Amino acid sequence: MLPLAALFVAFFVAPLIVLLALSLHADTATATWTAANYVKFFTDRFNYSILWDTLFLGVKATLVCLVFGYPIAWICARASARWQSVLVFLVILPILTSVVVRTFAWIVILGRQGVLNQIALSLHLTDEPLRLLYTEPGVVMVLAQVQMPLMVLPILTVLSKIDPNLADASRVLGAGEWRTLWRVTVPLSLPGVVAGCILTYSACVTAFVTQTLIGGARLIYMPLHIYQQAIGANNWPFAAAISVIFMVAVLAAVALLSLLGRKSESYGSA
Amino acid sequence: MVAPRYSTDWEALSLRLVFGALAAIAIVFLVGPTVIMLLTSFTASQSLKFPPDGLSLRWYAALLDADQMQAAAWNSLVVAFWTTVLSVVLGTAAALGIARSRSPLARACDVLFMSPLLLPALAFGFAALIFIHRLGFSPSIPFLVLGHTVVCVPFVLRTTIAALSQLDPALLDASQSLGAGGWRTFRRVTLPLIAPGLGAGAFLAFMASFDNVPVSLFLADERSEMLPIHLWQQIETNLDVRTAAVSGLIVMFTLILMLLAERLAGLTRQMR
Repeated sequence: MLPLAALFVAFFVAPLIVLLALSLHADTATATWTAANYVKFFTDRFNYSILWDTLFLGVKATLVCLVFGYPIAWICARASARWQSVLVFLVILPILTSVVVRTFAWIVILGRQGVLNQIALSLHLTDEPLRLLYTEPGVVMVLAQVQMPLMVLPILTVLSKIDPNLADASRVLGAGEWRTLWRVTVPLSLPGVVAGCILTYSACVTAFVTQTLIGGARLIYMPLHIYQQAIGANNWPFAAAISVIFMVAVLAAVALLSLLGRKSESYGSA
Repeated sequence: MVAPRYSTDWEALSLRLVFGALAAIAIVFLVGPTVIMLLTSFTASQSLKFPPDGLSLRWYAALLDADQMQAAAWNSLVVAFWTTVLSVVLGTAAALGIARSRSPLARACDVLFMSPLLLPALAFGFAALIFIHRLGFSPSIPFLVLGHTVVCVPFVLRTTIAALSQLDPALLDASQSLGAGGWRTFRRVTLPLIAPGLGAGAFLAFMASFDNVPVSLFLADERSEMLPIHLWQQIETNLDVRTAAVSGLIVMFTLILMLLAERLAGLTRQMR
């Protein structure tokens, strides 16, 4: 444990402290402390709307992951061992394939002459090619595909541990399948849902590659904002302040979700 | 008793249909892009169109002359290799400590070691850049490996701690009482039993490092370009069909490694 703790203190905790310290200075040379960078961020609409857009983007992509991911996990948990392996393999295939490659595939699909537009045009659903790339719905869709496995795996873990007798008991007592799902299976699997939401959410808001390649230059989210301020504008103290604000915001969202998770655990066991 | 059973059957069918349809859409949605990417990379024409106008290996052949891409791929492999070695050595030692101890300190370490999974990696990459500048260094391969290790070690930790928690402590007691020392017990009893979990973790760490953009973006210097960053820049500026060929190679390489990991370590069991 000690060697890894040493690495983390020297190369994880220390950099974050240096980052926090730099964010409280006007420039890299001066020694006076100031909160100017934070004031600048929260008084400028351009800046705080990027933060809001990023946090909200994560919510949308997480919800799409949940709607499609829960049924996959549910079916996986009921499948025979052999099919379960195949399904899990298909689910983890995308997360292990390079993010750049997966996002690139989506450019081929979403572009003006992409697969989706060809289908829409040939079915006469639209007269001219739809704009899918460089739009927020496009980013949400691609993020959902790229991060879906993070939602499916924790839910599957919890679902496969639920005692099947409970669902049988519910049915014997006269509840239908839908009622059993909503009143028995879903409440019992809430800890897995919360764990999946936490992983998916924190991955979606920081997905730099997907956000920049599908969103393009005009849709700016926090990771690109940090990168542009740090490397493009070379304004390190301000980029440090944005980084700190972003980290605190993501941690707050995660804390909120895990609080819900703890509530749901007591609900599940009650 | 007949009427309720009839309605239950209808309900079971509707539930199965809705969930089956959603899951089927999701599976196509998950696997489709990779398949389309793979087929497009075999195109015979100059453009990235699907379905391709004809099939050929010309863009794969063109990779043989792509010096910059080859250099970037080599850098990425070297960094991923050292990151995996460091993650496995440090991660196993830490997992043993965390799994054995119930102290609050061990819990705190567990949370700390897992936090890179939740924290924005790009913010950490930038923090690491500021930090090494403050120390008077400039970005280089060794720092890149350290940065990658911080964000990749959680994968090794998670699977190894899970494997250790399933280890029967009676086996360790038996080994000790038969006269084996701590190191010998670890090598002959613990290690073989946690090997699948450790192997799956090492595989995940390797893939995460090979694919890392947010940390490499700040810690790679001009001379050591990394493959995912090179590809990212290529896709942003000009859509070159050779990029599709590299992507195709990465997909095939990933598939082969995944099948190997499934065979050797039961990857799909370890990920749950």
